[in-house]
Amino acid sequence: MKVGVVVFPGSNCDRDMFHVLTDVFKLDAQYFWHEKGLPKNIDAVILPGGFSYGDRLRAGVIAAHSPVIADVQKMAKKGIPILGVCNGFQILVESGLLPGVLLKNTSLNFMCEWTNLIVENNKTPFTSQFKLYQKIPIPIANGEGRYYVDDDSLKQLKKNNQIVFRYENVVNGSTDRIAGVCNEDGNVVGMMPHPERAVESEINPIDNKPSSLIFESLLSSMGVTH
Amino acid sequence: MSLEPQELEDLKSKIGREPTSTELQIVAAEWSEHCSYKSSKKHLKMLPMTGPLVISEKGYDSGVLDVGDGYVITAHIESHNHPSAVEPYGGAATGVGGVIRDILSAGTRPIAIFDGLRFGDIEKDQQARWLFKNAVTGIADYGNCLGIPTIGGEVEFDECYSNYALVDVAAIGFGKKENLIKNHANKGDLVVLMGGSTGRDGIGGSQFASDSLESEDRSAVQVPDPFIEKLVIEAILEARNHNLINALKDLGGGGLSCAVSETADTLGIGIEMDVDKVHTKESGMHPDEIMVSESQERMLIVTNKKKLKKLQEICKKFSITCSVIGHVTSGNLMHVKKGAKTFANISTDVVANAHLLDRPSKKPAYLDAIQKEKKLKPITNLSKTLMRLISSPNIASKIWVYSQYDHEVGIRTVVKPGKDASVLRLDNGKFLSAKIDGNPKQCYINPREGAIGCFEEACRNVVCTGAKPIGMLDHLQFGNPEDPEIFWTFLESLKGLTDFAKYFKIPCIGGKVSLYNETPSGPIKPTPLIGVLGLIDKKPLIPQKVLDGDSLIMIGDTKDELGGSEYYEYIHKFIGGNCPKVDFAESKKNMKSVLDLIKKQLLKVCHDCSKGGLAVAASEICMTNQIGCQLSLEKVPGEKLSDDKKLFSESHSRYLAVIDKKNIKKVEETLQKNKVSYKTIGKFTGNKIQFNHGKNTVIDLSVDKAQKAWVSSLGELVTHG
Repeated sequence: MKVGVVVFPGSNCDRDMFHVLTDVFKLDAQYFWHEKGLPKNIDAVILPGGFSYGDRLRAGVIAAHSPVIADVQKMAKKGIPILGVCNGFQILVESGLLPGVLLKNTSLNFMCEWTNLIVENNKTPFTSQFKLYQKIPIPIANGEGRYYVDDDSLKQLKKNNQIVFRYENVVNGSTDRIAGVCNEDGNVVGMMPHPERAVESEINPIDNKPSSLIFESLLSSMGVTH
Repeated sequence: MSLEPQELEDLKSKIGREPTSTELQIVAAEWSEHCSYKSSKKHLKMLPMTGPLVISEKGYDSGVLDVGDGYVITAHIESHNHPSAVEPYGGAATGVGGVIRDILSAGTRPIAIFDGLRFGDIEKDQQARWLFKNAVTGIADYGNCLGIPTIGGEVEFDECYSNYALVDVAAIGFGKKENLIKNHANKGDLVVLMGGSTGRDGIGGSQFASDSLESEDRSAVQVPDPFIEKLVIEAILEARNHNLINALKDLGGGGLSCAVSETADTLGIGIEMDVDKVHTKESGMHPDEIMVSESQERMLIVTNKKKLKKLQEICKKFSITCSVIGHVTSGNLMHVKKGAKTFANISTDVVANAHLLDRPSKKPAYLDAIQKEKKLKPITNLSKTLMRLISSPNIASKIWVYSQYDHEVGIRTVVKPGKDASVLRLDNGKFLSAKIDGNPKQCYINPREGAIGCFEEACRNVVCTGAKPIGMLDHLQFGNPEDPEIFWTFLESLKGLTDFAKYFKIPCIGGKVSLYNETPSGPIKPTPLIGVLGLIDKKPLIPQKVLDGDSLIMIGDTKDELGGSEYYEYIHKFIGGNCPKVDFAESKKNMKSVLDLIKKQLLKVCHDCSKGGLAVAASEICMTNQIGCQLSLEKVPGEKLSDDKKLFSESHSRYLAVIDKKNIKKVEETLQKNKVSYKTIGKFTGNKIQFNHGKNTVIDLSVDKAQKAWVSSLGELVTHG
């Protein structure tokens, strides 16, 4: 069972994610540089956070045109679990794999703080181990993290059960307090908060168990018991 | 912005001829105060710089400490004051970039940033507000993009910084000892410039920083590009892993002039280089401009022909330009050519070693009078006074600042910003605690005791997390050193720091001197900023939730020391009085006892008592935990003092410890055994911050109300004025 961690120029949570996958959840993880293709034997793909291309033009938009994205799109179609965190979410949105856009926070500032998420869909490969509406304490760290969709698209999202996480409170002005969404098939998930920063008790001042379920869910979807 | 007539004569006699214009530019950059430390170098030697954990290597821009198990940490501090005062966003951002490259140049990965910011009075001064806001955004945009957490710092406002800014940035690196770059070079080795292109930005920056800020010379301010810096970091670390780097130097003040001459001088080699080989932002740049440009995100690498190909491949992977600009020669000449034509050919020994000065010093006239106490108007409502202090810009929570910094990236941050010191976990199971502190108000009244106080305060903060101080960084910021009175304050501060460092055996592992910090209305107050690094072998004290019934023990004596306090200055508008003095023996005893208690896991919270005194420190514990307290002023250890002095004195060596009732006996045993002055002064309960004296209630303040003001007042002030 192998998880690919895609690295773009300017990714900066790739090493954190790699540490969590390998050292905490004992998964076989491998880095993939954005210019190369992904091998066929990959079982899940994670696009980590950071500032790919320094957020030039718009967060995630240049990385969305990287060679590796064509392979990510193919894998998405095949139903392989794909998770984008923070900048990874922005890249998935910019590459058309997920609906919506991410705009500047209403504060117009970068925001680094602990928030609570509510699990709204526990049918994805990254949320299957959660109870519906379970609460997750987790940090956000972004400047362009305000998820936006228009009213019609929001209706579609709700109809297809594509809203995966909501913020418990209004954090950054996101449409309908959305913090994470999935594609129609549910195998591609994007989220702004950082689960890799919340799964170890040493650095999580509140409770590390809920966010760990994101990775436990992935393990379970890959048929591994942890 | 050139050499003094005397220096020109000195140069001529050293090289035995007229210097070329390029040589003049190179020497002017390198002999500037900023690069040469010509005023301070002779004196800085007094600081202890060695110790069992200190690793010294040739040509490092950062200090190195051995933290065991084959790992090292590196640390450095820099400022970007002049640029930030003109262009706060770019100045502050490039300040971060510069210190990060110092960490990188030892071959270690940067893992944390700290920033110390000082501006004018933001309550009255709109420009100060603008400078503050943009400096914070500059640091945030740069550090966040790099993925290096900004985990601590401090912010202070004082009228002495009106129309000016102090932007200090410290950084910490971490790596394996075996991966440290051992700078060396052989004849024929190649000199490579990698990273950002050289442009006309930052021309003459180091001379600009070595002069009083009279002209707003924007071309002297560098332009930040954190994305390039991120690529440079990854490319350098990958090249280091492949052992492709013989020597490494960051380009900072003085640009190529300094990097090339200092590398050559340190390694005892000559370097021949061709400015035509330097990748530039624009065509037609004159060799002089190329040599002194301070364009950012550049590193100088010495490698050899065999390793070059792999180095180029790595640079290509990261889309980073690298140019072979020259090679190592025997001898000690820095030979700068453009094609076949020579523009400079001068001994690096001459360039890199400015004539050191022994500047005259004289005790400032103001000092005797200012240390006198003054009869102050009595205050009837101390609750109101405490509320005003809690909401004041210097004491209010800095959450508006640090929530804009990614302080979690890297997943090492165990104790987050906003507490005493921040704590990072290291790969060997140990923890690193760090804090920076300054106190210009006290340093102005007593330069020596004030500087010692900053040092002790940083130590106290680190001790509050359970860490033993192992290293110090000093950043000495003063006005024009040509003024003997200012130079005297510099020397006094330095002597004080030296005494403290020697007594506590804390080596100075790096530092910086920034002089000529003058504003239109005069010099800044003496502003030494001290960073202290502490190591925790097993378990840090992570503040636990304070519960109803927990006791508060105060350790250390409160004395009649309110000179430079927020109470005197913010409330009474009085600048003067007795500056707090550190009693070294008491300080040591208290530190040791607190560390003992933390080791025995007897404390729930340990908080340092500093700005705003006991009243503010106790309130901070209440506000963070949303719980009230009932404290008795007559129990406060120390001299017999009036209530307001007990509440707001800023005496050093004091700690507030929150203890579960059941542990009180054990705690008292330890404190008695160590002969520490302490008292249980009350308990946590209810929802009001209450200070009593006997039966009288002296302060009675709602925790909710205080907390709201404490958390939001700085942000409101910046956003809405």
